[in-house]
Amino acid sequence: MSKIKVNDEEQEVNLPLILSGLIRLNNVIQPDMVSVQINGEFINREDFDTTVINDGDEVDFLYFMGGGK
Amino acid sequence: MIQIPQHIIDAIIQHAQEDLPNEACGLLTGTGDIVKGHYALTNVDHSPEHFSFDPQEQFHVLKEARAKGQKILANYHSHPSTPARPSEEDKRLAYDPNMIYIIVSLAGEKPVIKAFSLIDCCMCPYEIQII
Repeated sequence: MSKIKVNDEEQEVNLPLILSGLIRLNNVIQPDMVSVQINGEFINREDFDTTVINDGDEVDFLYFMGGGK
Repeated sequence: MIQIPQHIIDAIIQHAQEDLPNEACGLLTGTGDIVKGHYALTNVDHSPEHFSFDPQEQFHVLKEARAKGQKILANYHSHPSTPARPSEEDKRLAYDPNMIYIIVSLAGEKPVIKAFSLIDCCMCPYEIQII
């Protein structure tokens, strides 16, 4: 097991793991509507399936926020 | 319940008024139920009818809040000409069950601020206590 941080909380995960897999593991309700940073680097949505999670990574998920009148 | 200091309520209203005719949006940070920080962010839609946050700004607030031992407790946006209730678009684009959604309406003579939380895909009224 490898240790990473997700939204500032430690998680143990089995590597190899890609970002889209980590999003699924975290039961994100609307995966298409999250923005992600890994170690402070913004990850483009088209790279979610190819971005590899490494031991010690710090991953942050944020939901898209928007709306209208 | 979310507790918001009067000076932050005033800052939210001021931001909403300054961004007219467009909708304004921002984030509130704090600990527990108590708001301690206010961040006026960019409405990247620059529209009187829509708003979208800039994800880079959201991450910046997240990191700054974390450094202070705080969390993002709520987001807010303004309705320049409609009441302080979630629109159909607001409901459709509300994804975060841990977020409190605040709407400030400038439609009437005086600004109105209301809060909502996402429970089972429903935007339910949420109490604001001004401190």
